[in-house]
Amino acid sequence: MEEKEILLMKGNEAIAHAAIRCGCDGYFGYPITPQSEVLETLSVEKPWETTGMVVLQTESEVASINMVYGGAATGKRVMTSSSSPGIALMQEGITYMAGAELPGLIVNVQRGGPGLGTIQPSQGDYFQATRGGGNGDYNVIVLAPASVQEMADFVDLCFTLAFRYRNPVMILSDGVIGQMMEKVVLPPFKPRRTDEEVIRECPWAATGMKGRGKNVVTSLELQPAAMEQHNLSLQRKYQEIREKEVRYEEYQTEDADYLIVAFGSAARIALKAIEMCRQQGIRVGMLRPITLWPFPTAPIAELSKRVKGILSVEINAGQMVEDIRLAVEGRTPVSHYGRMGGIVPAPDEIVGAIEKMRK
Amino acid sequence: MKHEIIIAGFGGQGVLSMGKILAYAALYEGKEVTWMPAYGPEQRGGTANVTVIVSDESISSPILSTYDVAIVLNQPSLDKFEPCVKPGGMLIYDPNGITVPPQRQDITVYRIDAIEAAAEMDNVKAFNMIVLGGLLQVCPMVSDENVQKALRKTLPQRHHNLIPLNEQALRRGKEIIKR
Repeated sequence: MEEKEILLMKGNEAIAHAAIRCGCDGYFGYPITPQSEVLETLSVEKPWETTGMVVLQTESEVASINMVYGGAATGKRVMTSSSSPGIALMQEGITYMAGAELPGLIVNVQRGGPGLGTIQPSQGDYFQATRGGGNGDYNVIVLAPASVQEMADFVDLCFTLAFRYRNPVMILSDGVIGQMMEKVVLPPFKPRRTDEEVIRECPWAATGMKGRGKNVVTSLELQPAAMEQHNLSLQRKYQEIREKEVRYEEYQTEDADYLIVAFGSAARIALKAIEMCRQQGIRVGMLRPITLWPFPTAPIAELSKRVKGILSVEINAGQMVEDIRLAVEGRTPVSHYGRMGGIVPAPDEIVGAIEKMRK
Repeated sequence: MKHEIIIAGFGGQGVLSMGKILAYAALYEGKEVTWMPAYGPEQRGGTANVTVIVSDESISSPILSTYDVAIVLNQPSLDKFEPCVKPGGMLIYDPNGITVPPQRQDITVYRIDAIEAAAEMDNVKAFNMIVLGGLLQVCPMVSDENVQKALRKTLPQRHHNLIPLNEQALRRGKEIIKR
């Protein structure tokens, strides 16, 4: 039995270690602050000498995502990571993956935008992540870690979801969780799949035609009727994901008069604000979406029936607040508090926003 | 028990690594810990700061607006973080280069001549360990043994010959910190 050693590391480092340990076959990435430690850690760990995992610094983010497309087409567990502007460059590849129904992991350690923006933390890519981000009707499964431990734990979970649904999956993190060090227990080592296992588990993949017909991996279909059927099948898959894969956590919602909805680093900061509010006798609770898509619409709708107001805390101009309003359907007032441009809200600002709601 | 600490100074003073050694020592102590740097251009010539939280219980926000302890190692950091110390909290500063000393009466102010002491030791790089020694003298949250363990962990193997010097710096810091 492997001893469960408690380590101290950055979120970005945890992603890299978790990738090696979960049997990842290949990582393709290009450096960008604040996520460069993913590639740096992989380069130090040299997994190609141990598990055989490929680690490649590509010439661009466009190359990275297309290498992920290629690796995924052969049934391999492949991934990339970047930060906001780099993820913007990858959108073509991601929509192609969604169209071709390819599994893969994309990690976005967000920084402030728009454009090249800043290198400090942000959650400004919520819309891009949860609405697909590229062209066409598609969704990417999006998980938002709120700790270094979740950075480590979500890598294997994301690969599992990606292959279960043959769909790209994104870890939507940010510069706080990526750069912060805290305690983490890394997952146990899991071997990479053998070629036989890949052929057995991925009958759709381009694994060589021995004993079977052609497997074609493409997102192109020139016959509209066939393309509509493909879209309908994708939509059925997305509906199944909505029904089965919603993940969230509730904190002190039992007696809450006010509800904060926040994800990732904003949820950590909001937790501190909740401690401060409760010291003042204001009963505040929180729902933390872990999956941003599919969004925890039903539990938020349920909670909206018994609170006096909901505050969406995001490190952006107010994006998730739209999904909350769709869930709440006007049953209770919904406000937003956020900062932009790489400024992270402090706990007392959130307390102030709650106090404003009470007036 | 919970210590919410900000360490701030110029980039290159070893602010982040001092925080890292404290964080590792807290890990070995069995505490919960977060280490959150203000990363980016601030590391190059401007001010650098890191928030370290050491707690018996799980930690919510790694980012704070008020602190139990502020360790400020230049004037801009003193100006920025003196108002953020909680009433009854603690401020530690090195007077070297400080033109406007701390003013607050509702916090405990400690002074540590660490730049001077590092120069006396003929090793400017010992500066941050002198400051850490001072912190642990007035706010003992981790044992000396775990600080030594943290030093061995965070210093690359090729620099392990410097561990005795760092330990000497920690001891010096404990001696020279004063109110």
